[in-house]
Amino acid sequence: MSNSRDYRDITKGVGDLMQYQDDEFSAQYLDRAEELDWSDYEQFCDDNDDDDDEDDDNDNEGDDIDTGSEEISWISWFCSLNGHEYFCEVPEDFIEDEFNLTGISQMVHNYNEAIDRILDIEDDYHMWDEAKRSMVDQAAEVVYGLIHARYIVTRNGLNDMAEKFENCEFGICPRTGCKNSLVVPCGVSDVLGVDSVKLYCPNCIDVYTPPNRRLDYVDSAFFGTTFPHLFFLTFPDYLPPRNMRIYKPKIFGFNISEVSAMGRRMQWLRLLPDDDRDGNSDSDAHND
Amino acid sequence: MPIWRASTKNIGEIENKEMDQKVEASARHLYGLIHARYILTNRGLHKMLEKFRKGEFGRCPRHYCYQQPLLPVGLTDEPGVSAVKMYCCRCEDVYNPRSVRLHSIDGAYFGTSFPHMLFQVYPSYKPDQSHQPYYQPKIFGFRVHEIAELQRWREEVRDKQRERIKNVLQELED
Repeated sequence: MSNSRDYRDITKGVGDLMQYQDDEFSAQYLDRAEELDWSDYEQFCDDNDDDDDEDDDNDNEGDDIDTGSEEISWISWFCSLNGHEYFCEVPEDFIEDEFNLTGISQMVHNYNEAIDRILDIEDDYHMWDEAKRSMVDQAAEVVYGLIHARYIVTRNGLNDMAEKFENCEFGICPRTGCKNSLVVPCGVSDVLGVDSVKLYCPNCIDVYTPPNRRLDYVDSAFFGTTFPHLFFLTFPDYLPPRNMRIYKPKIFGFNISEVSAMGRRMQWLRLLPDDDRDGNSDSDAHND
Repeated sequence: MPIWRASTKNIGEIENKEMDQKVEASARHLYGLIHARYILTNRGLHKMLEKFRKGEFGRCPRHYCYQQPLLPVGLTDEPGVSAVKMYCCRCEDVYNPRSVRLHSIDGAYFGTSFPHMLFQVYPSYKPDQSHQPYYQPKIFGFRVHEIAELQRWREEVRDKQRERIKNVLQELED
């Protein structure tokens, strides 16, 4: 289905959706920036401490299927939380097949209760005290994350993530030279508790921390190190056309010698074999 | 600014409010351009250095830069072309700033030379670049072939550059 799509079709909407527009300096842009200003700012004001996640859990208790007023599954609720935008909804039959969950029970306490919570199997949840409930909620989060990491490398998982990718839900590369390449969530470790999830840019082959601070609470192991590369192997049409624009530092227009102490030492990180030694492209805004 | 003066003469009678707005806009523009020159002077560099040390310009989004503080830079010295960008001295690359407010600030208000001038004057603030880790894409623990080849080639380029620099510095010493 995605075979006939040109990469440009997908990125058509990027300029509207994403915030990294440059190359335009006008009064209307100023207005738009002021319009978006406070909502963006509030996001960064909220990063108090670890209690954030707990608060979210408590606020949305009422939406659970238990109350019956809103029939929303735990999985849907979890994926709709602020900061969980990168997660896709794992279908319940994937979770019900125990073969897919091999080994997870050894990594998490309260595993059985967590699975029941995820699948909305009403047990004694209401009869437990606060402490046990919060432990089970946390365990459910971790278990779902680990299942998610396994699901997204399956065929269906890759397709689900492809949909999100096409909607530009993961954002774009912060590097100016990548010119709005779409990025994909990536883990730097498959083990819990090492680091938070990052974003992988296929153009510069590098990982970046996401702009939304709430994503610092999402563990790398919930996405895994394999996913982005398998994703682009499966959907090679999503690879951006190679545009490697390397930044050239200058002082008053003069190039800086590589021999000096502040000369370029990291050019090799972005160089491509077809370029000239110095990189054949400037990072000028005059291009296109 | 001269264009503004000429246009007001041609327009004729203008209400005071409009004039004020235009003066305001011109004032901002002028301040920005003066700012670009000021930050290249000693005092300006010192003030910007203080901000840099506190990390007031944000941190590099690249994971392997380990939260390196950034510096503002313009891609061009001409106003009205592009917005301000952030320069990371560890990966020597420019990034789009995260805050939306910064998207309306012209790059010419900082200039193309500023970060490099700063490190020329304060070379000790450049982080150590002798050991630079980078991201290695893996699928189930196995390195992706094409990218691994590319990275091996890049390491060769880096080693050659180190040799070249070492030789030149040795020659200078002799």
